[in-house]
Amino acid sequence: MRQIDTVIIGGGPAGLSAAVRLWEKGIRDILILEREHQLGGILRQCIHDGFGLTRFGETLSGPEYAQRFISQVEALGIPYVTDTTVIDITEDKKVTAASRNGMLEIQAKTVILTMGCRERTRGAISIPGERPAGVYTAGVAQSYINLQNKMVGREVVILGSGDIGMIMARRLTLEGAHVQAVFEVQPYASGLPRNILQCLDDYGIPLYLSHTVTEIRGKDRLESVVVSQVDDRLQPVKGTEKEYFCDTLILSVGLIPENELSLSAGVVLDERTKGAVVDEHHQTSVPGIFAAGNVLQVHDLVDFVSMEAEELADSVAAFLKEGELRSCSLAVKTDGNVTHTIPQRISGTKDFKLSLRVRRPMKDCRIRLLQGGQLVGERIMKKAIPAEMIQIPVKAAKLNEKEDLEVKVIC
Amino acid sequence: MLKNFTCIMCPRGCSITAEVDGTRMVSAEGNFCPKGLEYVYQELTNPMRNIASSVLVEGGELPLASVRLSSPIPKDRIFDVMEEIKKVKLKAPVAMGQTVISDVLGLGCDVIATKNVGRA
Ligand SMILES: Cc1cc2nc3c(=O)[nH]c(=O)nc-3n(C[C@H](O)[C@H](O)[C@H](O)COP(=O)(O)OP(=O)(O)OC[C@H]3O[C@@H](n4cnc5c(N)ncnc54)[C@H](O)[C@@H]3O)c2cc1C
Repeated sequence: MRQIDTVIIGGGPAGLSAAVRLWEKGIRDILILEREHQLGGILRQCIHDGFGLTRFGETLSGPEYAQRFISQVEALGIPYVTDTTVIDITEDKKVTAASRNGMLEIQAKTVILTMGCRERTRGAISIPGERPAGVYTAGVAQSYINLQNKMVGREVVILGSGDIGMIMARRLTLEGAHVQAVFEVQPYASGLPRNILQCLDDYGIPLYLSHTVTEIRGKDRLESVVVSQVDDRLQPVKGTEKEYFCDTLILSVGLIPENELSLSAGVVLDERTKGAVVDEHHQTSVPGIFAAGNVLQVHDLVDFVSMEAEELADSVAAFLKEGELRSCSLAVKTDGNVTHTIPQRISGTKDFKLSLRVRRPMKDCRIRLLQGGQLVGERIMKKAIPAEMIQIPVKAAKLNEKEDLEVKVIC
Repeated sequence: MLKNFTCIMCPRGCSITAEVDGTRMVSAEGNFCPKGLEYVYQELTNPMRNIASSVLVEGGELPLASVRLSSPIPKDRIFDVMEEIKKVKLKAPVAMGQTVISDVLGLGCDVIATKNVGRA
């Protein structure tokens, strides 16, 4: 069986960033495996601009951002294969992939999981009613319009205020469709304020909070949806039903990390993130298997995806040199105001960046990181919203090696 | 009058509260950097936006090449520029960064390709 130091699963921004960094660190026995015909991941269809300001200091579109890394991979001669889907990974790091030329079997020393995420679908949120054509997830609609030149519809309603949905509201409007409204079940938007402004407000598209679609009507093609207000417990309020006539319903109801392969390798997942539990090295519960990007936690900014993958690559290089990494026995614990953190485990001996999201919008709050009651890091925020991933750098000099890290939000 | 703004100059997305008198900014708070003030001033006088779309490609490995503007345009010209973009048909190969329409409608910015599209 072919032996390789590092197999990277997924050639999106996370996989490509990790590959380039490893190469720069002298790790050359690498292979990127990508399911699609081209490298670049989901960014190939995200044609709007706003990427790269943090990483490159200029604002780029998704394809341009991806191309920066693809060009580097090409220029350095980093080996990759496309049209190749990984179908199994074992705990001892045997990777099996299916391609046009048959099966590929590799024994890897380290495996990097960068498979990205997929969209939640209507099944996952189960709206009653018929099952006509004309119901798409935002990403599928994005792929139709931006990659395949297929317009999805003319009269559109959007369910969910995720960023991709709002970006599609603008895209559809520019292409001549009429977007009637965006409905969000929560009392706050799940996407970024800047997208509410430049994708909805700019085009006069209303956003209704605490509303959801309660019925889908239509025989072959969608004809209308029924929308209801919801109460504090997110239950539809009787008597508030309103019918919207439309041929298209776009769902932007969240992303889920793509972790079937991780499970087959015995990687322990976090209930909250649906991604792997990782330590400060981005190493999963299986030594030598690492994860970064959207497969680990859903990011709102690709710049942070690249930076996370670059930090991961540093750890992989250290693992290959030393055979193991410092064990991380301290847990990161959160209070009810925080949905999750990455990493979930630390050693108390290394600088790291703590990523987290808050559970609901909060004003004038302090996010405090404590070890045995001692403050080891803090971020003061005028406003914190669930739409935004928050990163707080933590210095090893402030940490001890004995006590768990507690994350608390004080308002 | 107090007005609220969401700055779109960077992903930080500051919410800025400004005291405005017509199109004049009297004072502002909530901006992390000077760009926020520039943004409020622009929103009051002449809001500017960048847009992205796609153009048709003949004989390419993909049917479309994505495009954007080299710099923002006045918000009220977005649909005029979209009309111009819709008229374009390119021949493969298309190179990222290639000018697709130069000085579109005399607005002082170009429509540029943001994707490489090779020949089929
Ligand atoms: C539909 C959609 C639209 C998005 N739009 C935006 C946006 O506008 N702005 C933004 O900042 N972020 C957006 N995101 C988030 C975006 O995914 C991240 O910013 C970034 O692309 C994540 O990079 P990644 O490398 O982790 O994942 P991806 O870009 O998703 O890359 C994962 C790669 O892994 C490959 N892969 C998966 N499974 C396998 C397998 N078994 N074998 C081989 N290869 C595999 C996939 O084909 C893909 O190329 C969007 C996400 C989705 C799902």
